[in-house]
Amino acid sequence: MLTCADIVKLVTDYLEGRLTPDERARFEGHVAICPPCRAFLGQMRTTVELVGDLREEDVPPEMEEHLLAAFRDWRRDE
Amino acid sequence: MTRVALAFVSRRAVADEVVQETWLNVVRSLDAFEARSSLRTWIYAILGNCARRRAEQEQRFVPLSEIAAGEASGDELGVSPGRFFSGGHWAGMWSTAVSRWEDLPEERLVSSELRATLLEAIDALPCMQRAVLTLRDIEGWPPKEVCDYLGLANGNQRILLHRARAAARSAVERYVEEGTQ
Repeated sequence: MLTCADIVKLVTDYLEGRLTPDERARFEGHVAICPPCRAFLGQMRTTVELVGDLREEDVPPEMEEHLLAAFRDWRRDE
Repeated sequence: MTRVALAFVSRRAVADEVVQETWLNVVRSLDAFEARSSLRTWIYAILGNCARRRAEQEQRFVPLSEIAAGEASGDELGVSPGRFFSGGHWAGMWSTAVSRWEDLPEERLVSSELRATLLEAIDALPCMQRAVLTLRDIEGWPPKEVCDYLGLANGNQRILLHRARAAARSAVERYVEEGTQ
């Protein structure tokens, strides 16, 4: 029988699909009957989403300015 | 990008220079870019080269795999052991409440404050954990590419990812619980 602490330890391997079928079944069996572990698994999934939302699509403004300046200098040198 | 550069060089100022140098190289060699890889992958490849060169110049080069092994060592759960019963019939079971974030009002998890809290927590991570989390969960790279890029064994990559995600979860938890008390 897995403990809640085992679930915490295994959660990334579970989310990464790295557990053996047997481990996976035991993991899911525990989570099915344990509300706090179900909440914890949800927290981990939410955390991964929140971290994913940090992705910046744009170049930061000060870098953009620096880049444009560099680009202009470089064109001038040619 | 600075977060990833910090895996290779140890000082923030040097990492900033590496990022600047990377952008300059990108601009200079944009003509040579062939769309065989994505632009992002190509930029990160240039970043890796610049950062390695700087690390060698500064003679601070410790193999990343060695730093990673250090960060992955020890038996660390990712959640404070104090949250579980330590003995008796309930040993290893939660002794404290775990809240369902699904029940929170939606705006609680989309504030710019939380964003800042998360970035702060990520910046406070040991360098390899920060690099793995950034490439895997922010940039969305598959595990194999992260292992190749940083020279890690997959097992260590997973341990670093686990610890980094656990630290991020704790930061969100602290933020969420502060607001509900």
